[in-house]
Amino acid sequence: MRGTTRTVAVAVMSAAALLAAGCGSGSGSGSTTAGKDGGEITIHGCTPENPFVPANTNETCGGNVLDAVLAKLVHYNPDTAAPENDIADAIETKDNQTFTIKLKKGYKFQDGTEVKAHNFVDAWNWNRDGKNGTLNSYFFDPIEGSADMDCGPGADKKPDCTAHPAKASKLSGLKVVDDYTFTIKTTEKVSNLPVRLGYTAFAPLPDSFFADGGKSFGTKPIGAGPYTFEKYDQGSQIALVKNKDYSGKFPGHADKLTFKIYTDTEAAYKDVQAGQLDLLDSIPTSALAGDKYKTDLPDRNLNKPVGVFQSIAFPKATADPTYQNKDLRHALSMAIDRDTIIKQVLNNTKKPATGWVSPVVDGYKAGACGDYCKYDKAKAKEAFTKAGGYNGTITLSYNANGDHKAWTEAVCNSIKDALGVTCVATPIAEFSDFRKQINSGTMKGMFRTGWQMDYPSIENFLAPLYGTGAGSNDSGYSNPDFDKKLTEAAAATDPATANKDYQDAEALLAADMPVIPMWYSTATVGWSDKVTNVKVTPFGTFDLSAVSLK
Amino acid sequence: MGTYIVRRLLQMIPVVIGATFIIFVMVFALPGDPLAGKCGERPCPAAYVQKFTEEHNLNDPVPIRYVKYMGAIAKGDFGTTYQGQKVSDELLRRYPITVRLSVIAIVFELVLGVVAGVLAGIRRGKFIDNLVLVSTLVIIAIPTFVIGSVSQTLFGIKLGWVKPTVSSAATWSELMLPGMVLGAISLAYVARLTRTNLVENLRADYVRTAIAKGLTRRRTIGLHTLRNSLIPVVTFVGADFGALLGGAIITERIFNIQGVGGYIVRGITAHDGVAVVGAVTILVLVYLFMNLIVDLLYGVLDPRISHD
Repeated sequence: MRGTTRTVAVAVMSAAALLAAGCGSGSGSGSTTAGKDGGEITIHGCTPENPFVPANTNETCGGNVLDAVLAKLVHYNPDTAAPENDIADAIETKDNQTFTIKLKKGYKFQDGTEVKAHNFVDAWNWNRDGKNGTLNSYFFDPIEGSADMDCGPGADKKPDCTAHPAKASKLSGLKVVDDYTFTIKTTEKVSNLPVRLGYTAFAPLPDSFFADGGKSFGTKPIGAGPYTFEKYDQGSQIALVKNKDYSGKFPGHADKLTFKIYTDTEAAYKDVQAGQLDLLDSIPTSALAGDKYKTDLPDRNLNKPVGVFQSIAFPKATADPTYQNKDLRHALSMAIDRDTIIKQVLNNTKKPATGWVSPVVDGYKAGACGDYCKYDKAKAKEAFTKAGGYNGTITLSYNANGDHKAWTEAVCNSIKDALGVTCVATPIAEFSDFRKQINSGTMKGMFRTGWQMDYPSIENFLAPLYGTGAGSNDSGYSNPDFDKKLTEAAAATDPATANKDYQDAEALLAADMPVIPMWYSTATVGWSDKVTNVKVTPFGTFDLSAVSLK
Repeated sequence: MGTYIVRRLLQMIPVVIGATFIIFVMVFALPGDPLAGKCGERPCPAAYVQKFTEEHNLNDPVPIRYVKYMGAIAKGDFGTTYQGQKVSDELLRRYPITVRLSVIAIVFELVLGVVAGVLAGIRRGKFIDNLVLVSTLVIIAIPTFVIGSVSQTLFGIKLGWVKPTVSSAATWSELMLPGMVLGAISLAYVARLTRTNLVENLRADYVRTAIAKGLTRRRTIGLHTLRNSLIPVVTFVGADFGALLGGAIITERIFNIQGVGGYIVRGITAHDGVAVVGAVTILVLVYLFMNLIVDLLYGVLDPRISHD
């Protein structure tokens, strides 16, 4: 999923590179001078990790390009993150389980063929098919029949598609009604399904995609979006030109978009200063320090909260049962002086967390964590004594190839100071090893975690992280009441009721503290003096339908 | 000399095979799973893991993978990276850029370094000698990334003489500034090597003989002393060329040059062994050829050294 690998970017490349200065108020808009149409806008890019196949693109380097090329059923509002119909004319459901999708007529792929219902159904079937082994396949797991798409296990317990082919090659929950209508049936009730449909992996694919299993598509993707993919010069740039036949509501102003590939944001930053690059989505750490970027790029910078939540997780009970003690968890959380660490160590690039859900999504309610997320030495000590203390050394592991050393050490010092217990920030050389230990449940002691939303919904910050047996439930948390609330929320047909149920579920987390909420991220961006009307989405990307040349 | 060259070329074959095998084993024995970071904070789907492992032969034992790999290389196929790009395309695109950058650096360090060294050597103890000594000391003391960032900010942003970064075409003129930054530290070494050797050789018997025979100072120094003094310089520069090709990582990053150094680093951090082995194999070849050229140059510079 793009979301989590964005978190990898947060984790691996340089945490601070993605962070932002200040406590961005996030109006979302930059300068408002009227711009003009046409011309070329250059955007900071990076090397895509995979060929440009939507189901295999889970990081921003390829994802930002695909987002401009592909049109999806819904489009996220750049200010509020609320889904707005794009190709979809209407998404209807009575029970949150059977959804009828009606398409607008006239959308055309850049190869000239019209976007029809079967383009969605075929694409999703291909994306979920076990033998295609795609990275984003789990996005389709809620759809009925998805389990039948997995290949059976071979002798080594790994999926073996030759000896044990999947039972089905089509999702039974997807039905084409006519050229412009199809239905989705999910296994369980999913109240926020429409919100999910704006993710890259849900884009329709043209018939030509299936001729060679996406091989040629991977080098030159074809979508129904506002820009046509022109050329990828390996290692230097990706060029897009305006799609003349685009009929949607979100066209861009520029005739040409060029993603210039940089290995280091430092170099990109210098190019923005010299007017050689127009849009930079992450200000380098050196320029964040002391708010240097605000003098380098006066009136040409912006902070905005993005859907990233960072936390400290506890080891699974099998690795270290001591941490199952809730008083100990509360004591540790209250022993961390978030405000001071953000100010002194993180250049004000974060906002202290007051709960488990990012403020950018619909349904966010501040203060779910209550006093447990407030620094209070006396209360922390009290809870620590009640928990019976901690025998030995508390460890906080982090991946050493990211920018985590400074703040994890600061957290440990804060714990040491408040509780009088030894706490050591422990580096693990590689992110891959770090995740391996977490995924296999062998990680002992606390460890850092981060989450970037896949789609802007309160559900995305709860279900995948704390639901029993969920994919990213790193602490092995399980609470039947929490699961029950999630199920109720998923069944609620009214969005307000659903949000209320999710908020109730989040409130349950305060008592159990499955992970310690640390902070929310903000994105700091900068741009050249050639462009105007720069907006940043809650995903931390540029709104390419708004920006234009002066 | 012909037989000497043939012998040296034949010696290269076992060196290349041995070096690639060692690199291959080391790269693939590195701890870490290329897949673990690929799916963010959750495990990769099992079907994806399976497909990835099969596509990149990750199930075979290392010696078998090495044999498969060398077999493909013999046919000119350097393999495919985990990102799905052909390594040979990348190398063909990146090596010319890095070679241009290194050539600029070498020419810069050789010309300026030798001139500075000669001036300092013949005016030993005078102002110019001290100036060269102090200025080279300063250059050696400042790390490349400082020289690079400062010159980039100064010439690229403040003065606006050049673009701060190098475009994808990476033309000779664009690479001038990065090349000089890259060659700066070696320049200091070349100047110091030239000076020391020149000073030493000026005291040699053959120089006194030459002067006694009535040769001009210019001819004594230019033709006889300097030629002899350049042997250590040539050795240094020959080895430096190889080092610059693979080691221009910092300069490449600062100026966003899509060269080989950055490619190798990216390959190592992403556990993309195929990319690393391909790029390093060519580096090994470059080193071997540079050494051969250096050895042949010894004979040209000093007639006493013969390769027959």
